[in-house]
Amino acid sequence: MEWSDIWTLAEQKNGKLHAVSFELLTRGRALADARGCRLCSVVLGDNIPQAEFDELIARGADRVYMVQHPALVHFLVQPYAQALQYLVETYHPEVLIASATTTGRTVMPYLSIKVHAGLTADCTGLEIDPETGDLLQTRPAIGGNIMATIKTPTARPQMATVRPKSSPPAPRDPTRSGEIVPVEVPEELLATQMRYDEFVPDESQGIAIEDAEVIVAGGRGLKKAENFVLIQELAKVLGGSVGASRAAVDRGWQPYPRQIGLSGKTVAPELYIACGISGAIQHLAGMQTAKNIIAINSDPDAQIFQVADLGIVGDVFDILPAVIEKLYA
Amino acid sequence: MRIVVPIKQVPETSNVKMDPETGTMIRTGVEAIVNPLDLYAIEAALRLREQVGGQVTTLSMGPASASKALREAVAMGCDDGILLSDKKFAGSDTWATAYALAQAIKKIGAVELIICGERATDGDTGQVGPGIAAFLDLPVATYVSRIYDVSADSLRVKRLVEGGAEILWTPLPAVLAVVKEIAYPRLPTLRGKQRAKRSELAVWRPADIEAKIEWLGLEGSPTRVVKIDKPQVARRVELIRAKDPADVDRAATRFVEFLRERQLIVSRD
Repeated sequence: MEWSDIWTLAEQKNGKLHAVSFELLTRGRALADARGCRLCSVVLGDNIPQAEFDELIARGADRVYMVQHPALVHFLVQPYAQALQYLVETYHPEVLIASATTTGRTVMPYLSIKVHAGLTADCTGLEIDPETGDLLQTRPAIGGNIMATIKTPTARPQMATVRPKSSPPAPRDPTRSGEIVPVEVPEELLATQMRYDEFVPDESQGIAIEDAEVIVAGGRGLKKAENFVLIQELAKVLGGSVGASRAAVDRGWQPYPRQIGLSGKTVAPELYIACGISGAIQHLAGMQTAKNIIAINSDPDAQIFQVADLGIVGDVFDILPAVIEKLYA
Repeated sequence: MRIVVPIKQVPETSNVKMDPETGTMIRTGVEAIVNPLDLYAIEAALRLREQVGGQVTTLSMGPASASKALREAVAMGCDDGILLSDKKFAGSDTWATAYALAQAIKKIGAVELIICGERATDGDTGQVGPGIAAFLDLPVATYVSRIYDVSADSLRVKRLVEGGAEILWTPLPAVLAVVKEIAYPRLPTLRGKQRAKRSELAVWRPADIEAKIEWLGLEGSPTRVVKIDKPQVARRVELIRAKDPADVDRAATRFVEFLRERQLIVSRD
């Protein structure tokens, strides 16, 4: 069987594409150029406006497969996986990548079983092997201690999820052209017994931590929950969100959705300020791709300083108030 | 309710120290533990059993030594444990692992709920839970932070997603992958430990689960690891020591200056 083209899974919510869809096009464009093939995006949903499909083309897609059906309005794994399985078995893409979001990390493993394909989770690097044409998928493993490169020698499509924010969104070129292919998926494939009842936005968090441009995070060095006031204060003056290390979350100082690291969220903000965080490898793996990193820790040998741009060896309870005061001044 | 909790034995990596010379993990004293995120799945299963009755079976695939993980689960309160252990299972990626576990769950029979941890802390993929669901053609909810409205044939879950949570209803049988918020895992009791020591763990081989040999282990795994590198750290830290109050002031000044230089705050002049 002939397998060709690079596919990306676009993500939408309420008919609007999520930014990860455009990040995937950056990855996909590089792969399609290296492979000399088309770059295609798949969009599953309902009542999605035409402008969204045009946007994918403007940002690099040569072809957009569009499946619109009321059963796809919200993400549910079975109809999504079954629709994708139908598309894969009809069009035979060589590569299928999705973002490592809660959606991608759920539908891709389900699909990979159904189409008997290999899947690599949470990749930070993707390239085409110049010799074999295979997709080389690089990801952190063993608590971020190693980088493993994985490939799928025979099974197709080669599937991977890609860490969100690990590449910039593809730039817009309104002069680009491409085709939109509407696909009718057989009704019975869109059935599921599971029901989506409602979405409850998390208002307590303000900006979701994974979307924040500035994160001020605290760790064990904060000593107790009340001391996170300092972290909140600095986050407020910088217009950022509060994060925490696993040590702080395990102690109940901050709720789990704020946990940064391998067992929490992976973030890549413009600015990350680590306060009283020693920098266990599992924490570093969740934040070391931040553009700018400042660390404050009393231990000069703390691992956090290895990934920081600016490191202050000192007491957070001295430094933070001084910084906050200067920022307000 | 018949509940199965698949668990994995992993190296204790949360406090891993790196050798600064070689950039490799210092393995001395690294212990094999139950994947910490699986403890939350065990806790969720035990709480459901306390609520509605039933049986909690824990299931693992690994070498004979992985029975230690199963005994720990029994010590926490699981009713029994099954170990899939055979050379043929070795080298499995997530596809082959999900296949073997799904076959074992079929063999257990009449399972109403499968509860997994979010992911294992070593492989860190989170792919096996949805994979099991795919092999069994069951609905699956991932990132579950709450299980409620539990009846004999359905339940509701709260699923944490970007920016909030989804409320999903599912009939049973179903697969859930739970996150830390579900419930804090209990410690094994002394009685539990004694029971775990005495309990007979079943050991199943490929024939016991009617598995296709060519779908197991390395042979059954579509993916191959082709290269291992150490992660690159491409930053050079500017380190300031702040001991006395004058140092603190200097450090804070430099902090703010750094933010201006990198255009992270707008300069007022």
